[in-house]
Amino acid sequence: MNFETIVGLEVHVELKTDTKIFSPAPSHYGAEPNMNIHVTDLAYPGTLPTMNKRAVDFGMKASMALNCEVAKVMNFDRKHYFYPDNPKAYQISQDDRPVGSNGWIEIEVEGKKKKIRIERVHLEEDAGKLTHSDNGYSLVDLNRQGTPLIEIVTEADIRSPEEAYAFLEKLKAIIQYTGVSDVRMEEGSLRCDANISLRPFGQKEFGTKTELKNLNSFNFVRRGIANEVERQEKILLSGGKIVQETRRYDETTGQTVLMRVKGSANDYRFINDPDLSEIHIDQEWMDRVRAEIPELPDARKARYVQELDLPEYDAHVLTLTKEMSDFFDATVSAGADAKLASNWLMGEVSAYLNAEQKELHDTALAPEGLSSMIKLIADGTISSKIAKKVFKELIENGGNAEEIVKAKGLVQISDEGTLRTIITEILDANAQSIEDFKNGKDRAVGFLVGQVMKATKGQANPPLVNKILLEEMNKR
Amino acid sequence: MTKFTEEDVKYFANFARIAISDEEATTFADIISDLVGFGDALKEVETDHIEPMTHPLQLFNVLREDVPQDILDREEMLASVEEHEAGMIKVPNIL
Repeated sequence: MNFETIVGLEVHVELKTDTKIFSPAPSHYGAEPNMNIHVTDLAYPGTLPTMNKRAVDFGMKASMALNCEVAKVMNFDRKHYFYPDNPKAYQISQDDRPVGSNGWIEIEVEGKKKKIRIERVHLEEDAGKLTHSDNGYSLVDLNRQGTPLIEIVTEADIRSPEEAYAFLEKLKAIIQYTGVSDVRMEEGSLRCDANISLRPFGQKEFGTKTELKNLNSFNFVRRGIANEVERQEKILLSGGKIVQETRRYDETTGQTVLMRVKGSANDYRFINDPDLSEIHIDQEWMDRVRAEIPELPDARKARYVQELDLPEYDAHVLTLTKEMSDFFDATVSAGADAKLASNWLMGEVSAYLNAEQKELHDTALAPEGLSSMIKLIADGTISSKIAKKVFKELIENGGNAEEIVKAKGLVQISDEGTLRTIITEILDANAQSIEDFKNGKDRAVGFLVGQVMKATKGQANPPLVNKILLEEMNKR
Repeated sequence: MTKFTEEDVKYFANFARIAISDEEATTFADIISDLVGFGDALKEVETDHIEPMTHPLQLFNVLREDVPQDILDREEMLASVEEHEAGMIKVPNIL
């Protein structure tokens, strides 16, 4: 029997506000334990939550960017559970009136476009962090308690691990463009759980699903889902039944491991939080937030293809992060040819960033610098070989390509007379190579070109060297 | 009238981490049934076209600007916990 894979994702995104969602404690990542705390975060008696206006703005902005309807009236609810990561014993979240609902984003897998619907986007607070030790104790750090989150819940529209990967890649790009989050999985500002089930092709009803946690990278999401699908398939094919349970992806074995069976005991007893007022969003507020949303990845991609004639692939890669896309736009604005700028950014620049484990802003490279170098290549002032030297200087120390070329004497030698003199000298000294060439050994040409490049420190114009070399050899 | 059973009492007591005896469960089942019974009166009111109310006060948009303030001093906080280590609160392992 063949099964269809059904996946829904729940993605938590930390919002990049200066303070927490319900208290004025700072909410930045990486502080010493328990330094970013407020009496409200610790649920001291008599303390009350206060709603961070920017967190509401950010929730709205993300919802709009994800094509959701934004609630005109929303409120907050208490979700009860006991655990030391949350001193109040309830999490403030949104139950029946979330900030965003009925959205979608478009993904593309193997050339096929598809809309993945988003059921809801709701605002809530993050919990603190526990460090478990072996001696029967856990250590509680409440810095993260109260950090604003949005939870993005998709409909069960995803049909393969690759679609899940494409969804997350697109979601990350969109959220990053809006500027409401850093969306860094390695810092926990983007976290993903997957609900996975199988059903025989053609069947309408969904099968029993399992929830997969601990997916710490997009690749683990892809592999974790693939492995869980395999596990469920084996059970179903051998006549077994899937148990509704929470599983964890083990990075070292690549397998999913049982965490807990979901019983009926999950009752969060949601109630409205009477400590927080309703939020009413009028047209003016909606308009203000909507006006703050920048051009999103899909729009940029379309612009690159239509206006700049870039291939779809280039447009996709360049728009994956806002930083790369902004850098590309600035390089083109500074006068560089779009396709050359794209080639350099996707080639040498990306290779450098990967090798050095850096991001663009960690380097000295500026769009004007890259543009100045591309212009010098385009007008033949430097060869692409010399460009690599200039590039290294630009990305490590910054500056302008023209100045680097002048200071280091790297200008390409394109003067025929100069080259002819050098070539004549080299031919005089390499009679054997000319002999070899006349006997049909093409390798001799390569050797001679190499000698010219060596003599000119790589600055000779390569097509011109080839041309003159052949002319001179045929004369002999 | 809505009846709150002994099983209901035990079910919620479990969630609230409250230990209660069978006897107490019986007592509370009666008391809570009475309380919940008050709510039954509302069922007689026509509410089909009325928006749900989430707060007794007609307040909305009580918001705070996103500016850090009143940070709690960690040492002060740690002074009131039973045990701590490396700036963190030490609690018994739960899961």
